[in-house]
Amino acid sequence: MSKNLFQKVWDLHTVAELPDGRSQLFVGLHLVHEVTSPQAFAMLDELGLQVAYPNRTYATVDHIIPTDRQTRPFADSLAEQMIVALRDNTRKHGIRYFDVDSGRQGIVHVVGPEQGLTWPGMTICCGDSHTSTHGAFGAIAFGIGTTQVRDVLATQTLALERLKVRRVQVDGELGPGVYAKDVILHVIRKLGVQGGVGHAYEFGGSTIDAMSMEERMTLCNMAIEGGARVGYVNPDETTVEYLRGRPFSPTGADWDEATAFWLGLASAPDAEYDDVVRFDAADIAPTVTWGIHPGQAVGVVERLTPLAQVAEADRAGHAEALEHMGLEDGAPVIGVPVQVAFIGSCTNSRMSDLREVARYVRGQHVAKGVRALVVPGSQVVAAQAEAEGLDAIFTEAGFEWRKAGCSMCLAMNPDKLVGRELCASSSNRNFKGRQGSAQGRTMLMSPVMVAAAAIRGSVADAREVFGISAAGRA
Amino acid sequence: MVGEAITKVSGRAVVVPGADIDTDRIIPARFLRCVTFDGLGEQLFWDVRFEPDGTPKSHPLNEPTAEGARILISGRNFGCGSSREHAPQSIARAGFRAVVAESFAEIFFGNSLTLGLVCATATAEHLVEIGALVAGEKTVELTLDVEAGVLQGGGRTWPVGVPASARDALVAGQWDPLAQLRAGEATTRAVAGELAYLRWTRS
Ligand code: SF4
Repeated sequence: MSKNLFQKVWDLHTVAELPDGRSQLFVGLHLVHEVTSPQAFAMLDELGLQVAYPNRTYATVDHIIPTDRQTRPFADSLAEQMIVALRDNTRKHGIRYFDVDSGRQGIVHVVGPEQGLTWPGMTICCGDSHTSTHGAFGAIAFGIGTTQVRDVLATQTLALERLKVRRVQVDGELGPGVYAKDVILHVIRKLGVQGGVGHAYEFGGSTIDAMSMEERMTLCNMAIEGGARVGYVNPDETTVEYLRGRPFSPTGADWDEATAFWLGLASAPDAEYDDVVRFDAADIAPTVTWGIHPGQAVGVVERLTPLAQVAEADRAGHAEALEHMGLEDGAPVIGVPVQVAFIGSCTNSRMSDLREVARYVRGQHVAKGVRALVVPGSQVVAAQAEAEGLDAIFTEAGFEWRKAGCSMCLAMNPDKLVGRELCASSSNRNFKGRQGSAQGRTMLMSPVMVAAAAIRGSVADAREVFGISAAGRA
Repeated sequence: MVGEAITKVSGRAVVVPGADIDTDRIIPARFLRCVTFDGLGEQLFWDVRFEPDGTPKSHPLNEPTAEGARILISGRNFGCGSSREHAPQSIARAGFRAVVAESFAEIFFGNSLTLGLVCATATAEHLVEIGALVAGEKTVELTLDVEAGVLQGGGRTWPVGVPASARDALVAGQWDPLAQLRAGEATTRAVAGELAYLRWTRS
């Protein structure tokens, strides 16, 4: 039995065992955004401390930024205060900051990989739970709280409990119209929203091997929604090819040394795991959440499990979700009317997501009464999409084409649900109130499924709406 | 910097029932538009406590006996969702010193520990009993003994779980790890020196 990637990377970064049994772990890359950092910088100032390794931290602005007009000062004075604080704090401490005028700003979990900052074998943290996204590269990446942001700024280390490692093995070929988003929604549905507590999920198997880096990011992004603070994929040639030539990727002799190091980190076939769970790709359908946490999901052609058949421990939550969503017990999800469609967020706002949607919505039109948004994950994605003419395809189809940011994923900027609106969303959380209205409703699904819902005006099977079949587009 | 040793938490309790209470529910995202944690205590559970127009709803936290309560009781997977420390901050700033639940989301648990907010687990069955005690006698005083791992009140005692590392950190007053992390500065530098990738970084 050999060490798995998690164990190798953890050991390389362990500074000390603390008296309470936790590890002191060196942080290779620290990412910062405007929401969870101002208090950390204030704590640092209060203690009279400096940033220990300023060149290991990079910052950008994403949560509070308006995605229609980004002229400053922002109409929301609180948002303006936060962006000013981020600029001042990063300037004062010598931290690289991708501001709105940099051409590189965007959602922190889109920016890191796209700039080539995220590498295999790193420990990566950010005051944001979807930091697990970066695990797609074979990094140990996880979200931390603001006091821990302070710890990283002050010492470049953290006190952490070591995690167990669960191999999540997915084999086989995904069906037409089934995406990485469906894989992770399916895994969470089966293992539960707290199934991964105390664990890192190592995603592997032939289905994962065949995925692009962007698909792996979608997968790892939502590990935390299954309770696993860390999700990762072993680095391979796909990883190396993605990183080749990115702005911050290693070059020359360093590149050769780096690729050898990265590929050597992958868990060997005889690696040890605390446990292994297996899925068959053929069992995974386009999946949608119908409730108020990401584990409350069904295949799009299924009906909800009747309340009487739900496990007793989950029954109260199931009933609460039915009530909030306004769904009948045992109802189908197809046909549920949607008023809003949101394509974006750190889960699904990258080029491959936008290209795939554009391919199907070309020549179609959003249903009357549906407000539909496409929000690119970064300025780099936005520029590329515009260069390819995708923005025109979206706007002709009745979608609004926005600027980079978190947008309607969460209620910290002007993009919000109103009243009881129901949103088909490519984001990662469907908690009550998540999208800005306490009564608002969210159904999570893949971007192509969101597009299908936007065009039908109700939840629909994208395979049927767009004629997606094994033979390709009908 | 050794903090206060936290061995016991005593006071009235408030029961917020339900499983999977997420951080968006604990503190809605719009209240995260701030550069300090100061106002968060009043915004705790806002959207479930108040109508959009600000009228209070019937909610355990809106009862007069909730004022000054020290222990929050809830269900399975408490604090799931975002890594926002604003969630435990708002609980602590509303006056709570401990949360007792069936289980906790991991990032929430870690964030709470660094603030000295005790997170203890109890079985679903015991939580029902504790809930019934508090419902019957809203002003009952409970005591959570971190060292002994028990919750006492109304003449009863229930076992509660605090993982050994968290318990040791609380009892030793070392729940805020910064001093220990800073003490490891030289070793940190040595470990960094061994990480080849730090040398590959360009700017
Ligand atoms: S897109 Fe959503 S989940 Fe991702 S970082 Fe922004 S707010 Fe968080």
